[in-house]
Amino acid sequence: MSGHSTYEPKYAAEKWIDKRLPIIRMGVDFMHFPSPRNLNYWYAFGGILALCLMSQILTGIILAMHYTPTAEEAFNSVQRIRRDVPFGWLLQSMHAVGASMFFLAVYIHMFRGLFYGSYKAPRELLWIIGCAIYLAMMATGFLGYTLPWGQMSFWGATVITGFFGAIPFVGESLQQWLLGGYSVGDPTLQRFFSLHYLLPFVIAALVGLHVWAVHHVGQNNPIGIDVKNKEDTLSFHPFYTMKDGFAIGVFLMIFALFVFYLPDALGHADNYQRANPMVTPPHIVPEWYFLPYYAILRAVPDKLMGIMLMFGAIVVLFVLPWLDTSKVRSMRFRPTTRRFFYIFLFMCFVLGWCGANSPDDIAIPMGEGGMTFKWLSRIGTLYYFAFFLFLLPVLGWVEKTKPLPDSITKAINDGEA
Amino acid sequence: MSDTHTIDGDHEEPSRRDFIYIATGVTAAIGAGALAWPMVMQMTAASDTLAAGSIEIDVSKLEEGQQIKVLWRGKPIFVRYRTPKEIAEADSVDIATLRDPQTDNERLVPDFAGALNPKILVMIGVCTHFGCIPIGEAGDFDGWYCPCHGSHYDTSGRIRKGPAPKNLVIPEYAYISDTVIKVG
Repeated sequence: MSGHSTYEPKYAAEKWIDKRLPIIRMGVDFMHFPSPRNLNYWYAFGGILALCLMSQILTGIILAMHYTPTAEEAFNSVQRIRRDVPFGWLLQSMHAVGASMFFLAVYIHMFRGLFYGSYKAPRELLWIIGCAIYLAMMATGFLGYTLPWGQMSFWGATVITGFFGAIPFVGESLQQWLLGGYSVGDPTLQRFFSLHYLLPFVIAALVGLHVWAVHHVGQNNPIGIDVKNKEDTLSFHPFYTMKDGFAIGVFLMIFALFVFYLPDALGHADNYQRANPMVTPPHIVPEWYFLPYYAILRAVPDKLMGIMLMFGAIVVLFVLPWLDTSKVRSMRFRPTTRRFFYIFLFMCFVLGWCGANSPDDIAIPMGEGGMTFKWLSRIGTLYYFAFFLFLLPVLGWVEKTKPLPDSITKAINDGEA
Repeated sequence: MSDTHTIDGDHEEPSRRDFIYIATGVTAAIGAGALAWPMVMQMTAASDTLAAGSIEIDVSKLEEGQQIKVLWRGKPIFVRYRTPKEIAEADSVDIATLRDPQTDNERLVPDFAGALNPKILVMIGVCTHFGCIPIGEAGDFDGWYCPCHGSHYDTSGRIRKGPAPKNLVIPEYAYISDTVIKVG
């Protein structure tokens, strides 16, 4: 895929530069990267995510010019940005809504990779780097949510740093080391701000590796078979720049809808109350994009076990390339696995629903009582792990897959791709 | 690794160059460690944070069945004047059935006269699960209930039900007069 360059410098200046630093060549080759000709709109989310990252960094750098990272002033400074700073309402909204949009896009991107088997050889490292990006995004999202210093910020930070306190022997000192004090306070807020500013650049570097990897091994595609010749591909520009451009346009319309009409819809009302270490909100919930993990955490009655399951839910993603034993990449040719995938997708939503509710409330009414969210999240958690640790390994051995097309081009001509 | 080869391939004793390689590497490693240590340790609690450590609480104004919350080291301290019923409940528990076995008396300190005063219970009001603040006079055991993940504590602040692993923590405190306690 990589290695052959079509760039031919025309002008003397281009030639001069190309001999010394072939940066124009790199850009031109990037734009003409041969991409499988059957990519659908699910493949537009890579570009959308790049845009999200740039938007978050840009708005974030600007917000940092107006924000004060002290327990005394943080809450007020965010309110000031929203009310008094010129266009602060817009930039703060773009940043807060942008975080949700970023996670929405990354989840679609990940489910797409899961469905089309984009984690299988030779794309294991590509997938793992992606998982690392996701992990860094979660850390950044959590740190950023602390900064407005509302009630949810404060108690979210208290609960999450409490995870580390559960580690045997070193837990308590580790937690104090993270917080810089006995509890979440000024030192915590200042270091969280510093790290929240740092991590996006770590993400950007990881994205660089991610893109490098995808350019080295080539993109996967909806039918999951390898590109055989030039006929199977299209140049990235103008074909996929246009397709991605259209998808970005649609995505930005949804983004704008939230920014302008529903800026607080994805937040929590309690976070408009200033942090108060004396009062816990009646119902602590994380941001929507962490809800499934929160449900897994609360599914078991044991503190350490809950934390291990929650982290385990992310660890399984890293080792996924070796859990799925099937040689066929795309689930289009795996009828049985595909059904279990849809159940998996459904269960992720169920876990999210459980995470948003109190464990002891009734989720599904049945006669006098019914099934509580705790039990529903247990079912969801069980399925989540069973899908990765049991179904994917076993289905790879027993499932009879549909015959694969000979080539991408043939599949298109036969109306199969 | 540190073997050097002569032209005819014989092994030689480590040379002075090997020594310099190793010495340089070790020096660099020690230097990196010496640099990393302060960078890691700066994150621990600062001296002034640690020093803001103790408060005095006057318990004489509490009436039976009342509880006050006082902020200490960024966390609330619960001081509760327990009713005879609550004390009786706390005493009647078979401690063998507890997750974190402690008798009620073990959770008290001697008052100024040197006797245990079961009426006044002093605890750090932070759930041992993930650090939320439990609600008083609530839960299945008449004590405290944590709304975050549903831990129930009894009238002695001991964990009875739910995900929390430990009893509510008793801070280090002492009576400095008949009516004043000093926490920390």
